[in-house]
Amino acid sequence: MLRISCPFCGVRDHSEFSYGGDASVEYPALDASESEWVEAVFQRENLDGVQFETWQHIQGCRMWIVVERDTRTHAIHSVRPAHDGIAQALNAEQDGVGTS
Amino acid sequence: MTAQRLRKGGHIDRTRPLTFRWDGTSMSGYAGDSLASALMANGEQILGRSFKYHRPRGIMSAGVEESGALVTVGQGAKQDANVRATTQPLYEGLIARGQNAWPSVRLDFGAINSLFGRFFAAGFYYKTFMGLPPFEWGRGTGMWMRYEKIIRKAAGMGTASREPDPDRYEHAHGYCDLLIVGSGPAGRAAAHCAAKAGCDVILVEQDAALGGDTLSQPGNTSTLQGELSALRACGVRLMTSTTAFGLYDNGVAGLLERVTDHLADSPSWLPRQRFWTVRARATLIAAGALERHIAFGDNDRPGVMTVNAGRTYLNRFAIQAGENIVIATNNDSAYTTASDLADSGASVTMLDSRHEISRSLQSQCDAAGIGIKLEAAPMKALGGKAVSGLTAAIRKGNSWRTDGNIDCDLLLVSGGWSPVVNLLSHRGIKPVWNPELACFLAPASDEPIVAAGSAAGVWDDSACRASGEKAALEALELIRNPAHRAAAQTPGDWECPIDPLYEVRPVKQKLKSFVDPQHDVTTDDIRLAHHEGFVSVEHLKRYTTLGMATDQGKMGNIIGIALMADALGKEIPQVGTTTFRPPYTPVSIGALKGRNVGPHFRPLRRTPMHDWNLDAGGTMTMAGLWHRPWFFARSGETISEAYVREAETVRRTVGLCDVTSLGKIAIQGPDATELLNRVYSNPFAKLPIGKTRYGIMLRDDGLVMDDGTTWRLAENEYFMTTTTAHAAKVMAFLEELLQTRWTDLKVHLTSVSEQWAGVAVAGPLSREVLAACVEQPTRVADETLPFMGVVETTMREGIPARIARISFSGERAFEVYVPSDFGPAVMQSLWDAARPMDGCLYGLEALGALRIEKGHVTGAELDGRVTIEDAGLGRMASDKKTYVGSALRKRPEMVRKNRPRLVGIFPKDRREIFNAGSILCAADNIAGYGEGWITAVTHSPALGHWIGLGFIKGGHEAWQGQDVVCADPVRKGNTSVEIVSPHMYDPQGERMYG
Amino acid sequence: MKPYSAWKVFVNGLTGQKGWDRAWRDPEPKAEYDVVIVGAGLHGLATAYYLAKNHDIKNIAVVEKGWLGGGNGGRNTTIVRSNYMLPGNREFYEHSLKLWENLSHDLNYNVMFSQRAHVTLLHSPAARDGAARRYNTMRLTGSDGELWDLETLKRNIPHLNYSADARFPIIGAMAQPRAGTARHDAVAWGYARGADQQGIDILQNCEVTGVERNGSTVTGLQTSRGVIRAKKVGFAVAGNTSRLWRMAELGKLPIESHKLQAFVSEPLKPLLDHVVVFGVGGAHFYISQSDKGGMVFGGDIDWYKSYAQRGNLPIVQDVAECATSILPCLGRVRLLRHWSGVMDMSMDGSPFICKTPLDNLYLNAGWNYGGFKASPASGWYFADLIANNRPDPVIADHTLDRFARGINIDERGAGPDPKLHG
Repeated sequence: MLRISCPFCGVRDHSEFSYGGDASVEYPALDASESEWVEAVFQRENLDGVQFETWQHIQGCRMWIVVERDTRTHAIHSVRPAHDGIAQALNAEQDGVGTS
Repeated sequence: MTAQRLRKGGHIDRTRPLTFRWDGTSMSGYAGDSLASALMANGEQILGRSFKYHRPRGIMSAGVEESGALVTVGQGAKQDANVRATTQPLYEGLIARGQNAWPSVRLDFGAINSLFGRFFAAGFYYKTFMGLPPFEWGRGTGMWMRYEKIIRKAAGMGTASREPDPDRYEHAHGYCDLLIVGSGPAGRAAAHCAAKAGCDVILVEQDAALGGDTLSQPGNTSTLQGELSALRACGVRLMTSTTAFGLYDNGVAGLLERVTDHLADSPSWLPRQRFWTVRARATLIAAGALERHIAFGDNDRPGVMTVNAGRTYLNRFAIQAGENIVIATNNDSAYTTASDLADSGASVTMLDSRHEISRSLQSQCDAAGIGIKLEAAPMKALGGKAVSGLTAAIRKGNSWRTDGNIDCDLLLVSGGWSPVVNLLSHRGIKPVWNPELACFLAPASDEPIVAAGSAAGVWDDSACRASGEKAALEALELIRNPAHRAAAQTPGDWECPIDPLYEVRPVKQKLKSFVDPQHDVTTDDIRLAHHEGFVSVEHLKRYTTLGMATDQGKMGNIIGIALMADALGKEIPQVGTTTFRPPYTPVSIGALKGRNVGPHFRPLRRTPMHDWNLDAGGTMTMAGLWHRPWFFARSGETISEAYVREAETVRRTVGLCDVTSLGKIAIQGPDATELLNRVYSNPFAKLPIGKTRYGIMLRDDGLVMDDGTTWRLAENEYFMTTTTAHAAKVMAFLEELLQTRWTDLKVHLTSVSEQWAGVAVAGPLSREVLAACVEQPTRVADETLPFMGVVETTMREGIPARIARISFSGERAFEVYVPSDFGPAVMQSLWDAARPMDGCLYGLEALGALRIEKGHVTGAELDGRVTIEDAGLGRMASDKKTYVGSALRKRPEMVRKNRPRLVGIFPKDRREIFNAGSILCAADNIAGYGEGWITAVTHSPALGHWIGLGFIKGGHEAWQGQDVVCADPVRKGNTSVEIVSPHMYDPQGERMYG
Repeated sequence: MKPYSAWKVFVNGLTGQKGWDRAWRDPEPKAEYDVVIVGAGLHGLATAYYLAKNHDIKNIAVVEKGWLGGGNGGRNTTIVRSNYMLPGNREFYEHSLKLWENLSHDLNYNVMFSQRAHVTLLHSPAARDGAARRYNTMRLTGSDGELWDLETLKRNIPHLNYSADARFPIIGAMAQPRAGTARHDAVAWGYARGADQQGIDILQNCEVTGVERNGSTVTGLQTSRGVIRAKKVGFAVAGNTSRLWRMAELGKLPIESHKLQAFVSEPLKPLLDHVVVFGVGGAHFYISQSDKGGMVFGGDIDWYKSYAQRGNLPIVQDVAECATSILPCLGRVRLLRHWSGVMDMSMDGSPFICKTPLDNLYLNAGWNYGGFKASPASGWYFADLIANNRPDPVIADHTLDRFARGINIDERGAGPDPKLHG
């Protein structure tokens, strides 16, 4: 069982989450070319090693998160919200707690 | 072997005699006995038969590594095959019998295989049984399958019941700082140390009694009991009959707790077993070590056991397993057992393969009257069905020579010890060979897992305790500081080093020496595997089946690896070891499944109107995890009659259908419109407030994902419906888009599928029904609620409702949503209005009939492989905007002209019936993939005959007037059909709009 | 070559098993080969075998970083079937099944292919209609397939859970009688022996560490046993394909590596004579009984990408739930061992047997978790591709560019998400 530290809920079994995919994939703009979309939708780095990947805490807060995980050992190195704005807000809040 | 129960000693309770049955004979034992010890005390020697040769098998060990005494326990639906007698606690009324033998394990006709043993070498079955003997003539699999029938009957060990397992199992969850595996000296010391330091500790012991090796030591258990009390006092959670069977990722362990397997009458409130998932911050393995055998001739005879087994039966079960005992060893550990047995009155002779032993051991033996032969070992066990003696061998230089016979009734063997590194191996930690101790040890791990005691190659009792404490401190440090790297233990504390001895075989001696006694793998098999090139340790295992028996190599693996290394002229580390896989000992599938079985296999979703539907005469069908009304048969009606009547009624008057299972998503926020316009392929930017629109979503790859209607309730608020099947998928996808791709959009999504109950009110009289049920009938009048209009209003009794005028049936129709709790009341109210108008309730079957008549698509058509054009909805897809899937939906093959397109199908002879799943073929070429396929069929009450929907290349225009056959070879055969437009009824939609 | 036979077994029994040859040699690498196949799994070995047998190319090496047959070939649940529906897959797997039917004789090695029927349980009329399309297509394309009503199913497998109280009551089944199981290790060994006997060098413990290129042409491989030059190179390394692809500096692939667990119980006397498949309510489960008596079963992949050959508990539980749901007697049967393999999951669930952006480099990958049954045909068509440098029409769409062309060979209709296929 992977144990994923959800930034919003705490450490939970991975069975509460659903795996999304490679977080390094940058989906192009909707009006981007067909070939750009083919690349994003179908082509994968498929790293053997540490990769950033998306998960959704589907049976918890339903937030999408980015997990830094070693695909050879399943060791998890970091977890953050997938939404940059939320990640920043969360950091700011935690920093605030730390300094107050 | 003339085993006898001693009158005193041991940890059995002589005040509690127990009666049990073995192969139909009543026997007795005591509380505290294992089935093996009780059978031994009753003089039973042959308890099993081996896999291949059906050689007699007796008790070989006193623990989980048992490879001989596998028996069947229980009967009827509660029959358990392959139970290790050594680990089964005795209980009153236990019923056990031998297995893999006929008529019994004592007299087994299968033993005739033994006579042909010379032909049954490793892997012989790969070389024959292909065709007609002797030269394998023929083709195909016919001959093999004849042989296979016989082989299958002969293989297998015990027989499983075919009846459903009547027992109950539970899943349980645990959390702790430190999980300690094993309650021997090291485990107890570690638990004490860690708990004293404030750690939350779970200590698990696979045995029914706590103590581990301490229980095999002479003397009473008062000190042990004191220690255990101290552990309880400092908060250690002690679990007995609980095996840590596997270590998984991120500190998760799987435990199996056998709750009632040792009870004669299990209380009904207790499960048979519990499967625990424990999440530990650190894990400490103090699981001990398993004693190895040595390969010599006929070393599988009943009466040959490990030394430690002899010691355990003596000290724990008060059974002197023999009177005239030979102990063969290559290490110091056997000597305490020799002394214990001599003390109990047995005559003991030591054969030690080493050329010297320590003075203290020598004088200990002298004092006890134990004779010692150095540089000696057994070459061959003698006797028929049980050991009566042995032929000894002595070492001359690098080889062995026979050295006369010795009588004995028990032969105890110690070939060294294998620390239990299995759990570490589950984590991918490759054990490393330690040549001094002749065993594999686990190196330090990157994970917070430490080993202690004999599991770390520490042998002596007090050294094990020290090792446990040290390991506990390391574990505490690992919890505090994950970057900490635990130091390995210093293993080994024997006075004289072990002599790595795996096989005793004087030159030119022909011996049947077993490496894996359960699977009948011999030393010759290992050498044959080498000879044939199966030299990788994994090839060796798979070719000879070494280590694949129920003990998973606990008994024989090391010997096999050592022999292969010898044959290759390599060292053991160069040969390596196979990977131990979970579970450490076999785990019942029942425990793993817990309660999620039978009706509880998967959650069952019911709508708020479920009971109402049932009361109204509905029959349910499954739709994914949902139960939905299928049809509402009136008395005497078949399903076909019912749905045809329902569909006909909807077209004639009005019908009500529970549509609650549709997915429903509340979409709110200033960018809600933008989101919808990006995810739907048709335009959504200008949907007015109070209107709804049917929309089709594509996947990123441009194929259709889902369809549904979305209602605009306010400037920034929408109500989306999805199909029942894709509700969860669409929700997660929208969340993904907003949180990972379009993070600038200000939209909030809430799944409200369970908040709203839904009813479709369909038919020419639908408005009248609705008008009778809302507080303000004008709100649902044609002018205020035209086709595709939406109102938020109240039903009678003040029940809030959302109503849209949308139609799946092709009739004038409405979907009414009310808060779930009001579902049944509103359903009743609508039904009260509809019934006097000769209305009906209708289910999925009629819903299907109505939509097929109209050519409306569902999941049967939108199967994840169709484009929006294939589904006949291409005109909806916008070319003026971009949206999910727009970039990829026009890839070359997806816009090919003759792709299969949605069509309607009529039988040529209108009286004919045909089936969904049939293949559409040109009449002159009924073969291959055909031209298309049928997705759905129904009897159409409106048209008076069977109709279907399906796909055919080029669509219906391409097939007008052509002879088409619907081919259904697995069911009905061929039917001539006509291809028509999918809009088979009211193609202009006059009924719907009017 | 000394063929195996009952006669040989008899003679060797009398003469102390001294007369057997090595099943394969352990040769030193030559400096250059006409073809080097990377990966001595079932697909790689079969490719080498058919290159020699069908195309008379004998100067071949199969390089393997570990031991031959040690990847998914030695870890799977051994099911062989051809119940595929879509063009491309249909002919391919049917050809494979035909090769399976005579494989023991062809290889002179008993791969124990047992045509005990593959039975897919049905639970709803809609599922039956969906399955009917598949089996009708099979029948019309010359394969076998039957719809079993409940009575037929009960007669064949009497101890399934036929309770009306079941969460998903069984209403019938689709069966492919010619399908079944085979002894997976024997397939690897049979192909290895067959290849070896034709002079092919199987180089075990020979890990590829780099790909030698001359511009856009592959010229050889760097390995842990030195540089090996090759006129043609074929990759057949399943879950490790992306790693090799990076060594060849070719970037990304439409493949993700996921792990699939497999399970075996303690050995039992015959309990189940068919391959049974159960898939409803999001479940996916398959089970058969090996000739040794172990119940061999499996389910879905673990749902997250992985190169670790070990699984986790949620799938273990899920599989146990499925097992006992259809065979309630299995509750007391004990799991002996569970393990996992790394699957090359593709974007549509179908494989690639194709040329690559580099000249002389060929790819065989994307088997999802159905590669075992494909082995003979995979070797057959890959050998043909390598020998003739053009694809057979059957594998014409098994190319890397099929997604750009708009072709999805998607039997499940699951879309471009590797974890959803299988």
